[in-house]
Amino acid sequence: MAQEVHNDIEQLVKKEYTAGFYTNVEQEVFPPGINEDIIARLSAKKGEPEWMLNWRLKAFRIWQKMKEPHWANVHYDPIDYEAISYYAAPKKRPKSLDEVDPEILRTYERLGIPLHEWEKLAGVAVDAVFDSVSVATTFQKQLEKMGIIFCSISEAIQNYPELVKKYLGTVVPPNDNFFAALNSAVFSDGSFVYVPKGVKCPMELSTYFRINARGTGQFERTLIIAEEDAYVSYLEGCTAPMRDENQLHAAVVELIALDGATIRYSTVQNWYPGDKEGKGGIYNFVTKRGLCAGENSKISWTQVETGSAITWKYPSCILKGDNSVGEFYSVAVTNNFQQADTGTKMIHVGRNTRSTIISKGIAAGKSQNTYRGLVKIMRNAEYARNFSQCDSMLIGNECGAHTFPYIEIHNPTAQMEHEATTSKIGEDQIFYCNTRGLDTEEAVALIVNGFCKEVLQKLPMEFAVEAQKLLEISLEGSVG
Amino acid sequence: MNNFFFRINDLHAEVEGKKILKGVNLDLPKGEVHAIMGPNGSGKSTLAQVIAGRESYEVTEGEILLEGENILELSPEERAYKGLFLAFQYPVEIPGVSTLYFLKTALNSIRKANGLDEVDTYEFMALAREKVKEVGLDEDFLKRPVNWGFSGGEKKRAEIFQLLILQPKLAILDETDSGLDIDALRIVAKAVESMRSKERSFLVITHYQRILNYIKPDRVHVMVDGVIAKSGGFDLALELEEKGYGWIEKELTFAGGRDL
Ligand SMILES: Nc1ncnc2c1ncn2[C@@H]1O[C@H](COP(=O)(O)OP(=O)(O)O)[C@@H](O)[C@H]1O
Ligand SMILES: [Mg+2]
Repeated sequence: MAQEVHNDIEQLVKKEYTAGFYTNVEQEVFPPGINEDIIARLSAKKGEPEWMLNWRLKAFRIWQKMKEPHWANVHYDPIDYEAISYYAAPKKRPKSLDEVDPEILRTYERLGIPLHEWEKLAGVAVDAVFDSVSVATTFQKQLEKMGIIFCSISEAIQNYPELVKKYLGTVVPPNDNFFAALNSAVFSDGSFVYVPKGVKCPMELSTYFRINARGTGQFERTLIIAEEDAYVSYLEGCTAPMRDENQLHAAVVELIALDGATIRYSTVQNWYPGDKEGKGGIYNFVTKRGLCAGENSKISWTQVETGSAITWKYPSCILKGDNSVGEFYSVAVTNNFQQADTGTKMIHVGRNTRSTIISKGIAAGKSQNTYRGLVKIMRNAEYARNFSQCDSMLIGNECGAHTFPYIEIHNPTAQMEHEATTSKIGEDQIFYCNTRGLDTEEAVALIVNGFCKEVLQKLPMEFAVEAQKLLEISLEGSVG
Repeated sequence: MNNFFFRINDLHAEVEGKKILKGVNLDLPKGEVHAIMGPNGSGKSTLAQVIAGRESYEVTEGEILLEGENILELSPEERAYKGLFLAFQYPVEIPGVSTLYFLKTALNSIRKANGLDEVDTYEFMALAREKVKEVGLDEDFLKRPVNWGFSGGEKKRAEIFQLLILQPKLAILDETDSGLDIDALRIVAKAVESMRSKERSFLVITHYQRILNYIKPDRVHVMVDGVIAKSGGFDLALELEEKGYGWIEKELTFAGGRDL
């Protein structure tokens, strides 16, 4: 009896808390600016334990001493960090699809996204889509049985503090770089995945199937841990253009693979790129890094980057365990006035470590597309091997493609292979396709998809099909 | 409205300010095979590309009529929808795009434009397997990227394979014979012959008479310096083989009919 009452009260409190939380979110926006008080309020809003607050504050103090980096090949007006509101409260949402830009809706249609998902994608203020909630619940039950944890990082901080404490910031420490420090201080939400020893996660995990996935906001924080011999494949993002009014995005993603574990992380990034004149658009400054902590572990990054006005992103692998493997497969498309500076770092620490880099950059319009990669072979990394292939494709005469491969070798047994090409979509290729009945846009899409094939093949099936269509749409109007 | 199938009237075209076609006239009735011969650089490929709609060649005068309609206003893909096909002298490589996928997309675009149902992957596979054998290529070619790393001869066969799949009304073959050994030439010619019908016309562009022994033309035209300088029957091809092109060029100058 007493127990029952207790449960009821707990339920009630929880409910109220939840409801209150959401109402607050809708109404309350923190005043712009960043200071210790704001961070404390943010942490309190999320009901975080003290250790988390202290962790954030420590990161904030580090950030204050850092300077925004400007070595990337991108140019933008200075960001005023005091003008940003650091509480990721959703801004005013459209009440119905009628209020959403028809251009966005047209894209959903072309991508073949089912109608019932449009509202969710466009950020329409509906109470979540019931279909996917029930699907998500079913999946979560199945995962739970296997001991897999898949939840938001906020929930993980509440429910699995020991795991979070043990791993958070171990791959990307707060002092890693300016944006990582900022993220550590003010991260809004993100995903948490934990796959226990010997468990192979039976499905692709995507934010799509996570309840509460919406509104992870501009400072996303994701932590994925695969214990010994575990396997997990995680999908981030969505091919549909995401509406977001926050201009600055600074995410941090940390992956940890123990002995024999494999983590595959696939991204399709299609944040708002700005208009055809280069106005608006997201600044996407991301730190993604994976640690192959154990022997025979493997981390594989695959990304298709088509969105954002500015992308600054280098998903990397630290190959610490002997025989560990790091992979980076990337397609980055820029059009109009977009700028992308993206690539990877492969840090070989252990013996017999291997890495593969395949990067395909496509520049159209007046855009600038840069590949920047570092392969570092440390002193004890006997017989490390790397294969890098960086191909660029130009569409038109006003865009630029740049390649900056950096190589540092501190062990003479290393084997390195590097290939790079730059090509232009030829008028002859387009004409050839035209004579076979393909219009110019179809021809460009076909040629570009062919160019990116090796990377697209690495994506999970259903993602790959969407990604192909996405490339087509991203390059719309880029030729004649 | 006239009854001609394909007709070129006084066609002038230039590229980068250089005049290449200088008043081409041609009449190709339905169901016939015509050959266009001529020395290198006389403008044969230019004519083929202008017919197919290449924009980098500027048409300054004249018209090209397909079933009475001036196709100069149409984009290359619209011309393909009307049943035009060009087998390229230099087929273009498209890395990463499988021949099978490319051709299925092509066929379905053309079918769709003509109000026909699209062919599904299984039907298409069956069709492609059958046709690829007719040009003496291995089935593996279907999986390989379009013309990517093909030898010269393989590229030419692959063009004819595309022709077999797309079944156009008017096919232009631009020097499909060059670079083929005699066996390959026979295979290609046989495939083309199998397509010959009352409903289909061919324009076979060649430098040599050799292929015309296998694909017997109804008429032979000789192109010299951007015009059709002479037309005749199959005999003309034999005469050219024997005497070369010099005498026609001389005849032209002598006639004084135009500026050279
Ligand atoms: N894209 C081009 N740019 C400049 N000159 C060209 C171009 N295409 C063809 N020509 C010139 O036009 C003339 C005719 O070429 P072409 O049509 O290829 O002749 P053929 O096929 O009879 O050998 C040649 O002098 C050639 O150099
Ligand atoms: Mg030629």
